[in-house]
Amino acid sequence: MGKFKQAVVRDLPEISTASLPDIVFMLLFFFMVATVMRKHTVMVENELPVADQTEKLEKKDLVMDIYVGKPSSRYKNIGNEAVIQLNDKIATLEDVKPFILEQRAATREQLVPFLITSLKVDKTTNMGIVHDVKKELRDVHALKINYTTRQGNVLTNNR
Amino acid sequence: MARRAAPEVNAGSMADIAFLLLIFFLVTTTIETDSGISRKLPPPIDEQQEPPILKEKNIFVVEVNKNNDLLVEEEPMELKDLRAAAVAFLDNGGGQGDDACNYCQGRKDPTSSDNPTKAVISLRNNRETSYATYIAVQNELVAAYNELRNREALKLYGKTFNQMEKDLNDVNYPGNKERLKDQIKRIQELYPEKLSEAEPKK
Repeated sequence: MGKFKQAVVRDLPEISTASLPDIVFMLLFFFMVATVMRKHTVMVENELPVADQTEKLEKKDLVMDIYVGKPSSRYKNIGNEAVIQLNDKIATLEDVKPFILEQRAATREQLVPFLITSLKVDKTTNMGIVHDVKKELRDVHALKINYTTRQGNVLTNNR
Repeated sequence: MARRAAPEVNAGSMADIAFLLLIFFLVTTTIETDSGISRKLPPPIDEQQEPPILKEKNIFVVEVNKNNDLLVEEEPMELKDLRAAAVAFLDNGGGQGDDACNYCQGRKDPTSSDNPTKAVISLRNNRETSYATYIAVQNELVAAYNELRNREALKLYGKTFNQMEKDLNDVNYPGNKERLKDQIKRIQELYPEKLSEAEPKK
């Protein structure tokens, strides 16, 4: 009887956590390498559509971002209609031209022709507001644009 | 006196520190999307300039309504067929004499486009069309041009147009970049991207 009891009451061996820091450091390095610092706080819903005929944007510092989409859940007080976001604030259509001119003034003169406007538009947005933004861009001669998209098959876009 | 061994540094809190850093990076960074469909907008409308006169058969009309349905050359069409239809139109080469196209492989239908250099795709969408559909249509039309350019580049220079553009941006490209630039320009002249967007309907 006594012998039998001895076999049961053995302590469970402790799980070694010595390699936990290594695992966490590995994750940390992955995220440090694969991501970039947030440039703006996006205040609109911004689920980009997918496309496969894409080109990469090369010069990051020559890209001007314009976000369009419905205000995200935290900013519902603005309304439920699609809005434009420039830098860190919600803007109106009239603010697009000054925004572009301001960005242009902040760029060195010889680099101005290479400025690209990146349109980051939520996929549920209607074309009306996008067209209005494009018209403003045309008026200030900001003709190079890029519809920023994720990689994927376009036939899945409307699902 | 006996020498005492240096006490070992306690590494128990290393995981906590690493977690802290990890969470900081998770919160403050994003995985960036930095690719997309590049387009060039037409310059602002000049009132003085008269629009050029185009033959009806050289225009390929794509319309998208507010329910995201496609109307191509007055026939309803599914999105998956758009690319093939655009390729067939651009590559038709039905012209005679000066307009003849000696590199086209299309059907030479006299009621369709004369020459890829004359062919224009006109895209008109409704203000209530969804952006996702618009991007899908744009993507298919760009894909049609790319398909033809790739085919022609393969035939003339033995590599695809996409590859040529990649080589041009590659700093380690061993060949002659000036020549490559000329070749790209030549392909672009054979199949110029003539994609016009009409004012959307209210």
